[in-house]
Amino acid sequence: MAEIYVDVRGETCPVPLVEMRKAVRKAQPGDVIEITGNNAASKKEIPMAADALSLAVISTEEQDGTWTIKIKK
Amino acid sequence: MADKTTIIVQSGDMDKLYSALIVSNGSLAMGMEVSLYFTFWGLLRLKKGGLEKGPLSKMHFLGLGKKMMLGRMKKNNVASLERLMADFKELGGKIIACEMTMDIMGLKRSDLIEDIIDDYGAVGTYIQEARQSAITLFI
Repeated sequence: MAEIYVDVRGETCPVPLVEMRKAVRKAQPGDVIEITGNNAASKKEIPMAADALSLAVISTEEQDGTWTIKIKK
Repeated sequence: MADKTTIIVQSGDMDKLYSALIVSNGSLAMGMEVSLYFTFWGLLRLKKGGLEKGPLSKMHFLGLGKKMMLGRMKKNNVASLERLMADFKELGGKIIACEMTMDIMGLKRSDLIEDIIDDYGAVGTYIQEARQSAITLFI
């Protein structure tokens, strides 16, 4: 079970979603993808995309506008 | 209805191509299939070196408006059309070029960015794609 890190700090729509999707495509079942960014809309939309892809969101954290979302494939 | 987005890209304007590619990449990121059907002015953006050449649909001002807009977009870290197109292809997006437009504009396949074009077709090809799509747009 690998952990894959995706850093999209400073990136805006639609790049955070796209980078999340690229990482999910490359991941193996069971891998955890950790995405960090600071685009406010993406914090809401990455869980929406995970839901659309039938993937579980393990955790969401936020500090000073920077969020980290963990998704399990 | 299948989880698919089909867009007719009729406009060659820069801002409208942004709209088309952002909706497309969002659709791909959320697990949908996407087909972009490039026709008329939109097809000119598929000419070699043509992707970033479109004018702004409003306030172009002989290129000055576009330059200002690109400056503001860069400041806000908006991805380039080249980058959006590369992401679109990496996530499996499909591009169809309108053959009738190619005839009208006198464009050969070798004039176009052939390595990103998946198919060449006419209205029937579009309908086949669109009739199975939950999202269809004309941009």
